[in-house]
Amino acid sequence: MKVLLRNPRREVTVAGNRRVKDVLRELDILPETVLVIRGDDLVTPDQLVRDDDTIELRPVMSGGLS
Amino acid sequence: MKCRKCGGTATLELRRHNAAFCATDFVEFFRNQVREAIRKHRMFTREERVLVAVSGGKDSLALWDVLIDEGYVTTGLYLDLGIFDYSVESRARCEAFAARRHVPLIIKRVSDEVGAPVPVIKQVTRRPPCSGCGLSKRYLMNRAALEEDIPVVATGHNLDDEAATLFGSVMHWQTDALPRQSPALPSTHPKLVRRVKPLYRLSERETAAFAFIRKIDYIVEECPFAVGATSIAHKQILDRMEDASPGAKHNFLFGFLEKARPAFERAQAVELQECARCGQVTTSTVCAFCKLSDQVKRATAR
Repeated sequence: MKVLLRNPRREVTVAGNRRVKDVLRELDILPETVLVIRGDDLVTPDQLVRDDDTIELRPVMSGGLS
Repeated sequence: MKCRKCGGTATLELRRHNAAFCATDFVEFFRNQVREAIRKHRMFTREERVLVAVSGGKDSLALWDVLIDEGYVTTGLYLDLGIFDYSVESRARCEAFAARRHVPLIIKRVSDEVGAPVPVIKQVTRRPPCSGCGLSKRYLMNRAALEEDIPVVATGHNLDDEAATLFGSVMHWQTDALPRQSPALPSTHPKLVRRVKPLYRLSERETAAFAFIRKIDYIVEECPFAVGATSIAHKQILDRMEDASPGAKHNFLFGFLEKARPAFERAQAVELQECARCGQVTTSTVCAFCKLSDQVKRATAR
């Protein structure tokens, strides 16, 4: 499956047919730091993603505070 | 995972609340948190105009979206920092949002006010870019509100922003900064408007989810100058703590606000006066903004 990452924008391919939380763990991404987007929907960590799915892991951090 | 309210398929898990919500019920949860923030801190009323400081990012546009739908009379303020494509794109997001929601948007360019855009200010001051940028933003927000006769400025600071700022202040024991950290700062001078943060109860991920569900077109890219900022490092540390112990950020910030903040309030209030140069409020003879502006003008005149 394809995973779209941001900042910088890039795409990686990982094995599908498993739960979102397992994909995040493989990529070493904390679940609380991203939105997981499939098509027009957000998906929760327990949901299965198939091998032919594309998901976006959109970082939620903004900043630079003074 | 099921929605806590309706039992339908959940779209977002909120570990710190030990809950999950579908899109519809999450939007209602989000709005309830904003309502509670406004009520608890008496941030503003429906009879008052509210100046919403917008950056084109998820937080400020989510805030503006909620306030419009709650029936508040809002005006947006976008400060063009002059940070290359980042500013061009973020400004376009704000203009598109204002046009779509039929709400007024004021645009001010930092370069017109300070004498140079943020990248030049960064070079001139040799301080972290967020420092001169934040100083300019606070000054210009207050001045724009006074010019428009608007009594309150609302910013999109969220729970993560507030927890990271608190963390930074505590790490350096900046006891002057601690009493100023509040979801609502009252006006303490006729030329100083109220400042409020209606999203302080909501995490960064919650505002991002709200913006996504509400189909708000916001700028996802990071400000190029925020890379390497101390506040980002602090957020990353807090993210690790939150992962290990959901609710850690909330407990840190809310514990401070409820239990510790009063202990840092000064017995005597700081004496405020008007800047000899621009007339805005300051604690010294000439305000920090005028000093910054002088420094920039001297450097760019060379």
